[in-house]
Amino acid sequence: MNETSTKAATLSLDALRSGDRAEIAALVEIFMDPVYRLARRMTGNEQDAEDVTQETFIKVIRALPEFEGRSQLATWIYRIAVNESLMSLRRGKPLGSAVEIDATPDGEDDEAIEIVDWAEQPEAELLNTEGKKELDLAISHLSENLRTVFALRDLQDLSIEETATILGISIPNVKTRLLRARLKLRQELSVYHRERLESE
Amino acid sequence: MGQTTECQKLLSEISNLIDGEVSPELCSELEAHLKECRNCRIVVDTTKKTIELYHTEESRMEIPETAREKLFRRLELDDFTGQIKSG
Repeated sequence: MNETSTKAATLSLDALRSGDRAEIAALVEIFMDPVYRLARRMTGNEQDAEDVTQETFIKVIRALPEFEGRSQLATWIYRIAVNESLMSLRRGKPLGSAVEIDATPDGEDDEAIEIVDWAEQPEAELLNTEGKKELDLAISHLSENLRTVFALRDLQDLSIEETATILGISIPNVKTRLLRARLKLRQELSVYHRERLESE
Repeated sequence: MGQTTECQKLLSEISNLIDGEVSPELCSELEAHLKECRNCRIVVDTTKKTIELYHTEESRMEIPETAREKLFRRLELDDFTGQIKSG
C-alpha cells in the first residue's frame, strides 16, 4: 500500500457517499497531487493536466453516491484519471499527428542496446535543467500503453496487481509493458548521456 | 552489445529482477551472469537509475497553487481551501 492509499484508508466511505463536504475536501486534498502527476505525465503539459485533474474530481464527486466500494477508492479514482487523460490526448491530437507514433510498435525491440555507465553520475548533473527536459522528452516518446503502465507502477508506486486492475488488463500484460517502458526509457537516457559525456 | 543467450535472458527478466519477482533459482542464475558480464551490470544499473530519477522528479511535482485554488473553486469546496493540507 503506498502513502496515498494509506491516507485514503482514513476516509469514511459513508460520509463521502452521503455528500459530506468536509470529507470530500479531504479526499481531494489526498488525491489532487497524485492525480495531477499522473495527468501531467500522461498528457505531457501542465494546462491539460490541470483540466484533467478538474474533470476527474468532478466525475468522482458525481459518482461517489453510487460508489459501492467493491474496488479500492484509490484504484477507482486512478481509473477515472487515466480515462480522462486519454480523452484529453484524443481531443488535442489532430488527425495524422505524430504524438502517438511509437519508435517501435509495442511488440518489437529492434534497437541496439546503448552501453554507457552513467548511473554513478552526480544527481546534480542527472537532474539539471537539461536532464529534466530529457526525462520529459523520453517519456513523451513512449506509446500511451507503455506510458500509462510506467506512470502507474513506477511513478505512482502502485503494485503490478493494482495497475492491472486499473487498466483492466492481465498481470503478464502489465509486466510486459513495464519491461518495455523501462528499457525504452533507459535506452533513450543512455543515448542522451553518451552524447553529453562525449561532448564534455 | 555482444549478446549471449544469458544476456538475452537477463534482458527479458530485468524488470522482474528489479522488482524482486523472480524465483530464487533464477535470481542466483542471473546474479551469477551479472558477476561475469560488465555490459549487463551497466544495463541493470542504468535501468534502476532511470526508474529512480523519474521517481525523484515525480515526488517533487505538486499541483501548482493557482490550479489548486481553481480546483477547489470549481468543485465548490473553496471554503475548505487551506484548512486541510495533506503530507
